Amino acid sequence: MEIDSLSTTFSALADPTRRAILARLTTGAATVKELSAPFAMSGPAVSKHLRVLERAGLIQRGREAQWRPCTLDAAPLKEVAEWAGEFRRFWDASYARLDGYLEHLKKQEQTHGKRT
Amino acid sequence: MVSGLKLGVTTYTTPSDTELLITRVFDAPRKIVFDAWTDPRHVPQWLLGPEGWTMPVCEVDLRAGGSWRYVWRKGDGTEMEMSGKYREVAPPERAIWTESWGAEWPETVNTLVLSDSGGRTAMALTIRYVSKEARDAALATGMKDGIEVSFERLDRMLS
Repeated sequence: MEIDSLSTTFSALADPTRRAILARLTTGAATVKELSAPFAMSGPAVSKHLRVLERAGLIQRGREAQWRPCTLDAAPLKEVAEWAGEFRRFWDASYARLDGYLEHLKKQEQTHGKRT
Repeated sequence: MVSGLKLGVTTYTTPSDTELLITRVFDAPRKIVFDAWTDPRHVPQWLLGPEGWTMPVCEVDLRAGGSWRYVWRKGDGTEMEMSGKYREVAPPERAIWTESWGAEWPETVNTLVLSDSGGRTAMALTIRYVSKEARDAALATGMKDGIEVSFERLDRMLS
């Protein structure tokens, strides 16, 4: 079950337009027209992306108004975001530390080499 | 392959739909770099990510079919675990292992290749994901301009 919902989130995120839409929605609710503005893309094409995001539970759409403003529902992203955001920070920090540690190992080997 | 590579710079590229390639040049011979990557005495000294983490558990059975397991711990007690199995171990130039962050995360296959470059070592670490979706999701924040900031904002919203 967990894998299925994560896979749905993964597929929904695996598109730059949809990620851009989510990024826009972090600043507040928006209509389809507003969301379409930055893209060279028709309203229906954007609506298709919105349906994918809605199925993944990443956005909610108002029922009452004709323009159905979209709002972000970030809960499914939390787990993915926490893990993904750490990825590059993790490796950058580790490699920087490895540079220093390799210096230490080289010196150790040199000292050891001289002794034997 | 190694010409023009600079020290201290990590590159992240996507050579295929399901792979992530991380490259970096280290100012040390291959043997030392290989040991740093695979010896349980050395791994907890550097594979720690951002400040504040330690690796109290580092179990490595360095042979094809052998298992490995790392556990990280933060000051507040938060723990993070990663484990897998070695598929190939060929010091000082190559190691292949599987890696998983836990049952709910898809396993990746990681290939580490170390090339000699006049006393320096060029590392190429290829991480293969189960699908393009899994890879892109893993990279969504770190690799795309602007999105990282958005997710940080998200984190603040959610906290």
